[in-house]
Amino acid sequence: MKKLTLASAALTALWTGAAFAETEITWWHAMGGDLGETVNQIAADFNASQDEYKITPVFKGSYEETLTAGIAAFRAGEQPNIMQVFDAGAATVIGAKGATVPVQDLLTENGVDFDINDYISGVRYFYADADGKMIGMPFNSSSPIMYYNVDALAAAGVTAPKTWEEFQTVTAPALKEAGYTALSQSHLPWIFTENFMSRHNLPFATNDNGYTGTDTKILVNNDAIKAHFTAVTEWQDQGYFEWFGTGWGDNQTPFEEGKVAIWLGSSGSFGGLANKDLGFEFSADYLPYWEAVTEAPTQTFIGGAALFAMAGKSDAENKATAAFFEYMTKPETQYFWHQETGYVPITEAAYDLAKADGHYDRSPAAEVGIKQLSLPAGDYTKGYRMGFYVQIRDVMNREYGRILTGETSVEDAFNAIEKEANELLARFAKTQG
Amino acid sequence: MKKAGFTQAWLPILLLVPQLSIILIFFYWPAAQAVQSSFYLQDPFGFGSTFVGADNYTDLLGNAEYKRIAWFTVIFTVSVTFLSLSLALLLAVKADKVIRGAKGYRTLLMWVYAVAPPVAGFIGLIMFNQSWGPITRTFAALGHDLKIGVNYWDTAGAMIAVSVWKQIPVNFIFFLSGLQSIPRSVREAALIDNRSASSRFWGVTFPLLAPTGFFLLIINITYALFDTFGVIDTLVKGEPGNNPMTLVYKVYVDGFRGNDLGGSSAQSVILMVLVLALTVFQFRMVERRIHYT
Repeated sequence: MKKLTLASAALTALWTGAAFAETEITWWHAMGGDLGETVNQIAADFNASQDEYKITPVFKGSYEETLTAGIAAFRAGEQPNIMQVFDAGAATVIGAKGATVPVQDLLTENGVDFDINDYISGVRYFYADADGKMIGMPFNSSSPIMYYNVDALAAAGVTAPKTWEEFQTVTAPALKEAGYTALSQSHLPWIFTENFMSRHNLPFATNDNGYTGTDTKILVNNDAIKAHFTAVTEWQDQGYFEWFGTGWGDNQTPFEEGKVAIWLGSSGSFGGLANKDLGFEFSADYLPYWEAVTEAPTQTFIGGAALFAMAGKSDAENKATAAFFEYMTKPETQYFWHQETGYVPITEAAYDLAKADGHYDRSPAAEVGIKQLSLPAGDYTKGYRMGFYVQIRDVMNREYGRILTGETSVEDAFNAIEKEANELLARFAKTQG
Repeated sequence: MKKAGFTQAWLPILLLVPQLSIILIFFYWPAAQAVQSSFYLQDPFGFGSTFVGADNYTDLLGNAEYKRIAWFTVIFTVSVTFLSLSLALLLAVKADKVIRGAKGYRTLLMWVYAVAPPVAGFIGLIMFNQSWGPITRTFAALGHDLKIGVNYWDTAGAMIAVSVWKQIPVNFIFFLSGLQSIPRSVREAALIDNRSASSRFWGVTFPLLAPTGFFLLIINITYALFDTFGVIDTLVKGEPGNNPMTLVYKVYVDGFRGNDLGGSSAQSVILMVLVLALTVFQFRMVERRIHYT
């Protein structure tokens, strides 16, 4: 990594030498493959749109690797101007006051109009502080949604389930009859835990989901979610649900192969699925909810990641960063990103543009993510802020895996998660001291 | 006789300086840093930190998962060491007897040495793929539903298999050269005294291979403990989940993935102590009993 840092520093130096009046900024991101191509396209378009600034995107690996690389670089004084940080790392980067310049301040200080209400409601506050000031600029915003194989559901004579009750009594038995595994999902902490909480408007942590203090306790050990996981194990026994491991792709592949009829994935998976020759028609709908828990389901959290302006940069470079953020939030840029990837547009204006352009008439499933994020909000749906959350997710993944392989019971697993998560939160609180 | 030596006292020290400074900068300094940060809980970005005394250590030792990982590390290390040594010895003994095409066989047995651990892990992923991996299919034909990444012990088995496969060539090379350095006269004498090939092996060849074997034992334990990182990381696809992991991988998961510098440093220090103990064991306890010719 040191080598890489040196290499990129050397490259930066070269470019700086070559350029004349342009202010150069760097952007570290975690978007590989097709997504990375789209990121490069946005950067290239920005560079072509004006001649004052030049942005260089650098792919740094997975979300975790990008965050770690950014932290190491920051400690060495070599941080990029913009760093992409994912949802689970939000507490780490926002907790470190002085590591970033809040985007809201960055934009207003550089004369860019900023109104948080321009952003769609599900996106607005996830990367904000307790007072509602936006710290990180939402970038690739997604939400877990339900994809389904249209042909499979037609063959079974059912429609996409609205509730989990409907799923287990009507949808799943019919799909099994038709020769399909009814359900798989790709991220148990994200889909069946965090967004289970927001979809049912349940508190996820004390201190207003962790926003107003660091002495936070997780509230994951509750009857509603335990009942959900008990149901999941029953579905597994009945052959309605299959779990293919912690890896994202291992659970998506059986859906693409047509073995699994319903797959819970990211709204950001849309672009990838649409580009594949699946051999069947797919569509999408909201994440189901339990009618027994709530009659009025609420919106989900945004997942994905946000862009943070790193501190310790010159005013000229910060101005360039602000200019890039301004460009990135333009409806046209957002719409391009939304169309290419399936990530939701973050502003109302971009959403209106997509509607006006007929994007959702052509592919209605592309609208599901943003519609779900625009559902009524509740007291506990703006987001969560917990330190060492990457490790807390790892604990969840571990215990859920044990539940689904019969190594532990739902009760024991949630006791373990609660205990270890609270220990991690207490440890994180001390790092902030 | 003229004694060769340095006339000035500072010259040898000067010549040692590059080597010593490399050791100081790249080993002692980070090690000291690890010891220091193991007593703190630190904000990843380096803004805040709290002195917590031995809390990082007591937290670890009271953590059921850490014990489970330590226990798995023992099982993993013993299995990998035993299997890669015994299979390599078997192959070396057989290859030693081959006369026609000996070089071809040896090259075939050695090439895996050149495979990088992550690549070995990736080959493992293909072989053990849940839906179409050849090994998974073989097991399915035998009636076992092999599920890497789902079933704990299936994943453990795959990690051990790939790690052993990767390590056999090194052991093979050493064992083969060990075998070839046994004097012909000794072998011929043994052949006259004893007709049984197996008792000749255990009575004569094996003790003469002991120095090589002991050296390899230490090398293999170190390999299983530390160098299998790439194999494990690839096989779990960077998502620890409910998969087995070794202590070294846990250091990475907590430190580089979870940004818990204090906890991860405490784990590194524990590993450092382990390596130190292993080294002391190597030199004090066993070296005396092995006779090098």
